[in-house]
Amino acid sequence: MESNHNNVPQSAHAASAGGAEPNYINAHKGIWSWMTTVDHKRLGLMYLVGVLTFFGLGGIFALLVRTQLLGPIFGGASGKQEWLFSGDTYNKLFTLHGAVMVFLVIIPSIPASLGNFFLPLMLGAKDVAFPKLNLMSFYVYVLGGIFLLFSIFTGAVDTGWTFYTPYSSTTSTSVVSAVMGVFILGFSSILTGVNFIVTIHKMRAPGLTWVRLPLFVWAQYATSLIQVLATPVLAITLMLLAIERTMGIGIFDAKLGGDPVLFQHFFWFYSHPAVYIMILPAFGVISEIITINSRKQIFGYKAIAMSSVAIAVIGFLVWGHHMFTSGQSELASAVFSFLTFAVAIPTAIKTFSWVATMYGGSLRMNSAMWYAQAFLFLFTIGGLTGLFLGTLSVDIHLHDTYFVVAHFHYVMMGGTMTAFVGALHHWWPKMTGRMLNEFWGKVSCFFVFVGFNVTFFSQFLLGTKGMPRRYANYLPEFQTWHQISTIGSYLLGLGFFITLIYMIQSLINGEKAPKNPWGGLSLEWETDSPPIEHNFHGQPVVNNGPYEFPEIDHSKSNRGGH
Amino acid sequence: MGQQSSHSTAAGHNHPKYLAHHFESMEQQNSSGKLGMWLFLGQEVLFFSGLFLMYVLARMFYPDTFLAAHELLDWKLGALNTIFLLTSSLTMALAVRGAQVNSQPQMYWNIVATIVLGGAFMVVKYIEYSHKFHDGLLPGHFFDAAKAMHNGVPANIPGAPAVFFAIYFIMTGTHGLHVLIGMGLMLWLLVRIKRGDFNSENHVYLENVGLYWHIVDLIWIFLFPLLYLVR
Ligand code: HEM
Ligand SMILES: [Cu+2]
Repeated sequence: MESNHNNVPQSAHAASAGGAEPNYINAHKGIWSWMTTVDHKRLGLMYLVGVLTFFGLGGIFALLVRTQLLGPIFGGASGKQEWLFSGDTYNKLFTLHGAVMVFLVIIPSIPASLGNFFLPLMLGAKDVAFPKLNLMSFYVYVLGGIFLLFSIFTGAVDTGWTFYTPYSSTTSTSVVSAVMGVFILGFSSILTGVNFIVTIHKMRAPGLTWVRLPLFVWAQYATSLIQVLATPVLAITLMLLAIERTMGIGIFDAKLGGDPVLFQHFFWFYSHPAVYIMILPAFGVISEIITINSRKQIFGYKAIAMSSVAIAVIGFLVWGHHMFTSGQSELASAVFSFLTFAVAIPTAIKTFSWVATMYGGSLRMNSAMWYAQAFLFLFTIGGLTGLFLGTLSVDIHLHDTYFVVAHFHYVMMGGTMTAFVGALHHWWPKMTGRMLNEFWGKVSCFFVFVGFNVTFFSQFLLGTKGMPRRYANYLPEFQTWHQISTIGSYLLGLGFFITLIYMIQSLINGEKAPKNPWGGLSLEWETDSPPIEHNFHGQPVVNNGPYEFPEIDHSKSNRGGH
Repeated sequence: MGQQSSHSTAAGHNHPKYLAHHFESMEQQNSSGKLGMWLFLGQEVLFFSGLFLMYVLARMFYPDTFLAAHELLDWKLGALNTIFLLTSSLTMALAVRGAQVNSQPQMYWNIVATIVLGGAFMVVKYIEYSHKFHDGLLPGHFFDAAKAMHNGVPANIPGAPAVFFAIYFIMTGTHGLHVLIGMGLMLWLLVRIKRGDFNSENHVYLENVGLYWHIVDLIWIFLFPLLYLVR
């Protein structure tokens, strides 16, 4: 396997590079060395454990929600009021599901875990620009998680993850601690964003120009911009909500003289850009996986890089599409609708570029690539249905129905989470030094893909038939689709459970991973698997772009694996 | 500064004293620190922008309230505080200058002066707040017009005076918190100056606290007319 980068290992390490040097995992021992580490790789791993744990927790909430929606299948008319949970409990379950999944899982998922781990490696740096700040944002994340979970034990929250006023300023559930949790998590997100932007600007290896950056780095850059500029608005909003609840200050509650629609504006001014915090890193991951496994220069490098930034910018101007039915002016709605369509353009540029990259490529269908294909399929459906919702006249009917629920699950779960799991398969060998089981990887991907579509495509149908979201019960005519959806969710859960099993198996006795199992050209593949503590033996120097694979010889039909 | 930027390997640490291990040169370290701070300040501006938007909306809803209620704030104390903060920005800038010209005392005493001026600001704020508490001019549920009238304050204000005082307390309170944080950072600066940490080559930390302090000052420059000088 040829390399385009010239290491300069003229140091004393060159001799000992045969394997004597400890890696980042065993360089220091003991729990304390982990708790006080400033190594971006260890922090990335710690975030990963946190994110996956919360993913499990949020998943359990989701399965409980779906199980309730089976309806009373055992005897009785399907109109029966309660069978598993009361309406109140149900409201808490879906709120916790949403809040955990959004704020503790998806937003930190790729940036905090894989971003932390791979950004400095891809840049050829020894660490992020501010390692101590990085450690601090990890603890801020943990603290925010504790606050959010604390609310479960003090009566939980039943407002939905959107915390809409005036309900959230009047309900008796423990909104304050949940909101403070999200407030704190926001600062973790902001600090990570600041750290990454500075790292990308200042820590690039010699020769690593902006147009030689791996696209994952570009995607992280755009993401970080949004994190820094949008999150503080969420913070202030939630702070005001907490003060409103405790002191009755009349900012959002009309009864006290405030304006509930202001809350919606504030909330979506953050939360729409936040959906790009969720999806842009996934775009970056997909660019990496598809290109490496097509063994071909990516189609439209600059278009992909720039469209990330374009999405980040336009994404700030479309929040009103969540408020078409809130009574905002018709002119505002029309403008927001138009801009929503505009943001779909850079998104489509990416999708077409990925497909064009695969066209004529020398495809290696490993499990990461399977997940990437699932992403393409699911994200396309999610994005297109977004356009339905961005159309004013259509959204009046679909708003607050299962159609919206299905839309955002197609993009968040089908998009971000599939990409995240795919990325784990792609980079697992580098992070842990072990290979994953390819066969079971594909099996799990199959279950995830099928389970996902069964779960959520039925929700599109439910939505168009008028099933409103966030209800513990429904009319009898909706039952069949609800039950199909629930069965799908079990398959989906099974898929992820399989992943968990073979990941643990890999840690115990997985095959040892080589330096560069997929033949990538970006810098993270230059170092050992797992990397040494200071990442590289000597300062790497870059002479080529990250995807300058040699011409594929199409005359040969049989292509070797690695 | 340039002579340090020789390439060092993972093994050979020919780093200058203040250079963290993951940076190659002082220049890289300093410019990283500064860029990080500017981004953080961008974040601060957006944080406060939410509060300013809240202000604009409330003032649109209740113009009469704002006109009447601002009379209950003491513009003279507000102006005094403006002078304090503006002067403190000057002393802060002089402290940074002190680092650039390698003058230990200039750094030290200007930071002391900045802390004192920040403290004076907080004392005046305390006086203002305690008057408001005494008169029941408080946010939301705690607003007590009867108590104010009893104390001879003309609190029979049209519209939603509770909202005005909520906004007053939230905005000045959040700002005051930032002043306190800034003072805390400066106490730490004093320790580091005494320790001899800063010189013309290495003072990005000092400079960053300075930038932070200027933005806190700037926010007050907007708060003062918006709250005290309503027309
Ligand atoms: C082409 C791209 C997209 C378009 C045009 C689009 C459009 C929309 C519209 C118009 C709505 C509001 C529907 C309503 O409430 O009536 C919506 C909801 C939503 N979208 Fe998208 N979207 C797109 C991509 C995404 C992505 C990439 C994500 C996340 C990764 C996302 C997450 C969400 C969420 C979470 C909601 C619902 C929030 C809630 O009410 O709870 N969307 N989308
Ligand atoms: Cu949106």
